[in-house]
Amino acid sequence: MAPELEDKTAQRRELLSETGLVRAARYLQRGTPSPDAREIHRRGGRRAEEFYRERWRHDRIVRSTHGVNCTGSCSWQVYVKDGIITWETQAVDYPSVGPNSPEYEPRGCPRGASFSWYTYSPARVRYPYVRGVLLELFRTARAANGGDPVAAWAEIVSNPETAARYKRERGNGGFVRASWDEVLELVAAAHVHTVATYGPDRTAGFTVIPAMSMASYAAGTRFYSLLGGTILSFYDWYADLPPASPQVFGDQTDVPESADWWNASYLIVWGTNIPITRTPDAHFMTEARYRGQKVVVVSPDYSDHTKFADDWLAANPGTDAALAMAMGHVLLTEFYRDRRVPRFEQYARTYTDLPCLVALRPHGDAFVPDHFLTAADLGGEPGSQENAAWKTVVFDERTGRPAVPNGSIGFRWGEEGKGRWNLDLGELQPALSFHGHEGATAVAVNLPRFDVGGQGGGVLQRGVPTLGIAGKVVTTVFDLVMAHYGVARPGLPGSWPTGYHDADAPYTPAWQETITSVPAAACIRIAREFASNAEASGGRSMIAMGAGTNHWFHSDQVYRTLLALLMLAGCEGVNGGGWAHYVGQEKVRPFTGWFTLAFGYDWVRPTRHMPSTPFWYLTTDQWRYEGARADSLSSPLGSGRFEGRSMADLYLMATRRGWIASAPTFDRNPLQLADDAEAAGKSVEDYVVEELRTGRLRFAAGDPDHPANFPRVLTVWRSNLLGSSGKGHEYFLKHLLGADNAVAASECPPEARPAEVLWREPAPEGKLDLLVDIDFRMVSTGIYADVVLPAATWYEKHDLSSTDMHPFVHSFNPAIAPPWEARSDFDIFSALAETFSRLAEGRLGVRRDVVAVPLLHDTPDECAQPGGRALDWTAGECEPVPGVTMPRLVVVERDYPRLVERWRALGPLVDELGAVTKGVRLPVGGEVSWLSARNGVVRDGIARGRPRIDRDDLFCEAILALSGTTNGRLAVAGFEALEERTGKPLADLAHERAGDRITFADTVTQPRAVICSPEWSGAESERRRYSPFTINVDRLKPWHTLSGRQHFFLDHDWIAELGEWLPTYRPPLGILETFGDQRREGLDRPQLVARYLTPHSKWSIHSEYQDNLHMLNLFRGGPVIWLNYLDAERIGVADNDWIEAYNRNGVTVARAAVTHRVPPGTVLMYHAIDRHLQMPVSETSGLHGGTDNSLTRVVMKPTHMIGGYAQLSAGFNYYGPTGSQRDEIAVVRRRSQEVEF
Amino acid sequence: MRVMAQVCMVMNLDKCIGCHTCSVTCKQTWTNRPGTEYVYFNNVETKPGVGYPARYEDQVQWKGGWELDRKGRLRLRAGSRLKRLLSIFCNPDLPTLEDYHEPYSYDYARLITAAAGTKSPSVSTRSALTGREMNPTWGANWEDDLAGAPARALEDPNIVALPEGAAEKVRLDFESVFMFYLPRICEHCLNPSCVASCPSGAMYKREEDGIVLVDQDHCRGWRFCVSGCPYKKVYFNHRTGKAEKCTFCFPRIEAGMPTICSETCVGRLRYLGIVLYDADRVLEAAATADPTSLYEAQLGVFLDPNDPEVAAEAERQGVPHDWVLAARRSPTYALIARYRVALPLHPEFRTMPMVWYIPPLSPVADVAREAGGDESDVEQVFATIDALRIPVEYLANLFTAGDPEPVRVALRRLATVRAVMRARQLGRDPSMQPGEVGLSAEDVEDLFRLLAIARYEDRYV
Repeated sequence: MAPELEDKTAQRRELLSETGLVRAARYLQRGTPSPDAREIHRRGGRRAEEFYRERWRHDRIVRSTHGVNCTGSCSWQVYVKDGIITWETQAVDYPSVGPNSPEYEPRGCPRGASFSWYTYSPARVRYPYVRGVLLELFRTARAANGGDPVAAWAEIVSNPETAARYKRERGNGGFVRASWDEVLELVAAAHVHTVATYGPDRTAGFTVIPAMSMASYAAGTRFYSLLGGTILSFYDWYADLPPASPQVFGDQTDVPESADWWNASYLIVWGTNIPITRTPDAHFMTEARYRGQKVVVVSPDYSDHTKFADDWLAANPGTDAALAMAMGHVLLTEFYRDRRVPRFEQYARTYTDLPCLVALRPHGDAFVPDHFLTAADLGGEPGSQENAAWKTVVFDERTGRPAVPNGSIGFRWGEEGKGRWNLDLGELQPALSFHGHEGATAVAVNLPRFDVGGQGGGVLQRGVPTLGIAGKVVTTVFDLVMAHYGVARPGLPGSWPTGYHDADAPYTPAWQETITSVPAAACIRIAREFASNAEASGGRSMIAMGAGTNHWFHSDQVYRTLLALLMLAGCEGVNGGGWAHYVGQEKVRPFTGWFTLAFGYDWVRPTRHMPSTPFWYLTTDQWRYEGARADSLSSPLGSGRFEGRSMADLYLMATRRGWIASAPTFDRNPLQLADDAEAAGKSVEDYVVEELRTGRLRFAAGDPDHPANFPRVLTVWRSNLLGSSGKGHEYFLKHLLGADNAVAASECPPEARPAEVLWREPAPEGKLDLLVDIDFRMVSTGIYADVVLPAATWYEKHDLSSTDMHPFVHSFNPAIAPPWEARSDFDIFSALAETFSRLAEGRLGVRRDVVAVPLLHDTPDECAQPGGRALDWTAGECEPVPGVTMPRLVVVERDYPRLVERWRALGPLVDELGAVTKGVRLPVGGEVSWLSARNGVVRDGIARGRPRIDRDDLFCEAILALSGTTNGRLAVAGFEALEERTGKPLADLAHERAGDRITFADTVTQPRAVICSPEWSGAESERRRYSPFTINVDRLKPWHTLSGRQHFFLDHDWIAELGEWLPTYRPPLGILETFGDQRREGLDRPQLVARYLTPHSKWSIHSEYQDNLHMLNLFRGGPVIWLNYLDAERIGVADNDWIEAYNRNGVTVARAAVTHRVPPGTVLMYHAIDRHLQMPVSETSGLHGGTDNSLTRVVMKPTHMIGGYAQLSAGFNYYGPTGSQRDEIAVVRRRSQEVEF
Repeated sequence: MRVMAQVCMVMNLDKCIGCHTCSVTCKQTWTNRPGTEYVYFNNVETKPGVGYPARYEDQVQWKGGWELDRKGRLRLRAGSRLKRLLSIFCNPDLPTLEDYHEPYSYDYARLITAAAGTKSPSVSTRSALTGREMNPTWGANWEDDLAGAPARALEDPNIVALPEGAAEKVRLDFESVFMFYLPRICEHCLNPSCVASCPSGAMYKREEDGIVLVDQDHCRGWRFCVSGCPYKKVYFNHRTGKAEKCTFCFPRIEAGMPTICSETCVGRLRYLGIVLYDADRVLEAAATADPTSLYEAQLGVFLDPNDPEVAAEAERQGVPHDWVLAARRSPTYALIARYRVALPLHPEFRTMPMVWYIPPLSPVADVAREAGGDESDVEQVFATIDALRIPVEYLANLFTAGDPEPVRVALRRLATVRAVMRARQLGRDPSMQPGEVGLSAEDVEDLFRLLAIARYEDRYV
């Protein structure tokens, strides 16, 4: 407040108190208190108001936000007083989204509001720490080796006795402080030694969701990219990646911003607890209700979001797909069969694969789906077209002949497709169905069902109309869908439901009731309302989905059944309609600049991206405990191709076919491999192929327990791998770290072991030589790490944040300098790069590194393996050809002594090659001179004359300058490049902001609305909210799929093996059938076996905030497990009793939250419960413990390893096995109420 | 007519997501200091539930607020002045630490300093008062999302007081489950019993804006305000020995900024605005005989700022012109008096509370929805008020001393806004007409904008 204003206020207050009625109200003085005593005034009293005014006073407010584990991307005001951060409140200055919509203010949640507590928390990591035993070993060895830290490290880790000495102390306290210089030298020495001895791919970096602190993420990945280290994915590992999105859309995840919920007139919230997980956005949902939106919640429990529902469908956990299939049955029956809705049909013909033709093949007395008919099958002119095997075919009703429409992937790559990669059907009138078509023959088709017969399921026989085309029996995807969903039409063979109330026939409303417990009438009613709303509103029916539906092993099928509803009702690509996937989804809006810098693409390409799920599955030896073989998932219609194989075998098969990345890649140092090829006088490709053929070289994935194939050095930053995302937590402790653990499972017996992957005895423990944790708070990852480095908090550095929930990009700024010895992630990696480079001098030099790159999505390599045929060169089914039947082999030059110079400057590769996102090349070369002027240039060394990016704010500036969303010139240029391919106008989408450039300073001033860019699939402007695929729908730009359309049908060999051609219901994994009873013997207390769900918590964002004093005081002060009161009674548990939950994977301890809002048979432990707070010693394991993931374990789904086939191709965080955890069960019992910490 | 201005809050429970951001930002700003660890000027309760401190709503137990004596005169429920004076050293109606909770922290530093050989260090709970290890058994939000409800929620005074018939609707089983959130701050009452209870005269209601405060210089720590407040929104700072309470963020209000809890309310459910009232009529209204008439009586005390006479009189009596203009734009006055969708919390306490609530809609009662709703009419998508999960009678016990009718009116108006707006965006005839609930078409539009668009400038006037 200005001084003069303050004076006036004070005067006014004085005046008021003078004129007020002053009545004595004290008992101890004279006078009669009036019962109406509210008007007592005393001058002294008013002066006492100063106490609270003083409390409120502050020196300044700094804009910052919270980085990493939350996707909210809320802008916050951090208050500083006397150099101390006091508290934070939400920023309310977002640009407007228009006068007829609620605005984006405020954004933030209780967790974010409590963040400043961490700044001065006693659990804050203030100094670099090393476990005492290791530091002592290092100092001794260093002295013994003449001060050579690399030799010292080599000595420690190569001696089994010294190695074991520090590894077995992991997790056992004993940290001591060390100087930054000493610690950096230790860490750098470990990297130099590992690169030289085992190869750069034996070092790994794990960090997560970059959008919420892009520079902090990139600082480390840039270091590892230049080093050649393994960069681990996170989105698939978290099971937040919906594999259905690549399968159906050819896109990782693209979702509407939350303001677009406002445009939905019907919203089904299906597996995402919006008030908890989308706290800052939830108001758009509550407000849209007043605009007439109906809200339906599908949730097994009555939760925070159920409160807002008009209707609540309490489907049993894991059965959502059954409900969705039955809703699809209703929709197809009433809106496609009984009545035809022109808009739905037009949408289906143009934007989905429903009219695409599928060839059938005989199967017993009937047929089964085989593959998409392609131009190659047609022969003749179509068959001789470029990429003919990659062009899907429809049946033209106008001509009565098959036709090849534009837009399939065959038009995306190659010369002939230029200007024709679009969804313009022109004169074509694709038939949706052959039913009633003259000359059509009805045939029986066998289709899988999974509601009976265990995981493998059974067989349904239904019928489709077919035509003979190109010598094949052919039908449409739509006809298969109708048969599969059980929508009877006259004249078709097979068995069909008698009506909605036929409970025996999949997929009727009555059938689903037997599985989900949702009454058939409710299912019918909601399906009808949903579709009818879409019809009336032009597609504005939306389904918000998330962890509740996505964290299941068969989540891709759950999602496909949900997406089917949206596609059938024409909702995708429509504002206010379509899918809204909200779990772990994120959006680095300035993607191109960030990606280029984060992975060092300005110096060398490509980097070693690695899907985390198989990485951890192998390195933590969870594969050794696999209970079910891969073929247990095969449908009876499969060919038995997985027989005798384990999941680990399938991964090995997939990686050598180039489908999916694997690192460490070979059982030889990739630097050595390049040298060996040179010595042999051969090209790397020829040499590697030959070595593989002869068996002298093998994939490391085939022998994960060989010491040469261990990952040796792991750096974790911006993440709590062990305490939060580590599914199979106890296996991490046991095998990766060699620490005490609670694994109770036994390894699989010889007959169940992998056929190909080598089994070594005994299972290694303590594979990792060095675990480095960079964090500002002490949590499990730090507690078990060898080295803990003190990071700056989110209020102590510069960075950038964006999200898909809102259209803005905004900044982090330091409210205070990092206190104690903390440093930002950016500065830590800068220092590490410097130390590493120094130690590399004379030890590593300039080397050539062989990088095996899988066949990548959005590159021509995605057309490597036509027809989705799974051919194995090791079985002689094809030749090993790098980039076709096996990974592409790329040689990258590593300049190790000058790594830091590269790290700190924008490299020259962008000048000519530009930067590429999703196949669109942005010509960023022109921005380099702007950046040179803005950031200044490097004056000497190999980066002489290049723009500096050696400070976090300069780095952020470069990200913004090199991205279309933040640089209008690039957005236009990118769209123009895309126009060449599609032949459709697009650049106008960005014209109105062509001259705009968002600088870092802009983001400090205010969150800035991004520019519409080809980096994303939706149009957005001041007038239009972002919704995915609106460019596809409005501008006929194809999806990045095989057909160019949204897919109902998938035809890869491995998909067929699992019987997952079409969306379907598969029940949760049968844990009890596979692993047997998990109750413990010899206990006198009753035990409850229950479905174990780990939803997202109200009191934390993953493990962050769960240890925050404010959050702890707002609920129960520690870990709880929720259970129904009837279940609690059965095992003698009262509210707040101590209980233990366990299974073969481990044990956790918690207190009981007994309630009636959770259904019997299900217990909830909200994710993530770390093991370091209010976690007593377990009666079962004798350890503090454990985490919510102590009870979980990874199982990989074979279809997620597919690659080399259009949208089913590799991409970082795009496609890969997910670390699902919802199919698990827990045994719960009351424990002794005497607890010990 | 004695015109006074009051800053007043309305919270729309139909929008509350139960996130507790308000509690955290309030606590961080005002009470994260020794002596106030357990204090929440702003807290949020899950209903049904006993609340914080436990069962504070039961004035038979706590004797807060006012009651009528045999002659119909208002008197403090805690008893006569003499009675209170005699018990000044042993106030019998004070909540104990058990009713609040023993605040706690953790021995966090151990995570870093644990000696070598400490297996998987984990820190445990320590009392913030004694420093001793403790196992929390109750807290400021112990009942969040119905945790422990089967054991305790039936003690919720609003359930206890349900009439027969309605009581049967509240079954604490999975099939009948319902819940909603109730954020609470000090009510800054027109007739504050805390002020009247203070033996030291250390509490006062600010004349210019009606904010009720404790004078930190004169408070002697008798704590009669604590027991006298039926909402239990005056707390005792055990370090300073003085009472403290929600200040309505007066340092911010004076600077033209909304309260912390309002601005940071991410559900955007809080409204702040001026309400003018006739101070001469407060006493009479608070003494209205029939508790169910107290809601109407309080409405009767409010003055219409658009009435030129009221405006003139207000300015004559010293209410600044801009305050009168603000009162005309007041969203709280509109929600309370014009649209009558907001209701007072426990008017039967007779303190004339000035934080009002829009009651929440809820899902239909039947999980299955086999009944209710015509399957063939896909536009009849919203349920009728009496088919909702939250029994109207339960809400009535919270907001209207048990009279369900005003609650029904409020809920039907919300439902009508939804139906009319739905029809408008889909180009159809609405299933409910504004006239049926006493609103005009323009009212619906205005109410829609106030509830849904709810711009910052319109929420906080």
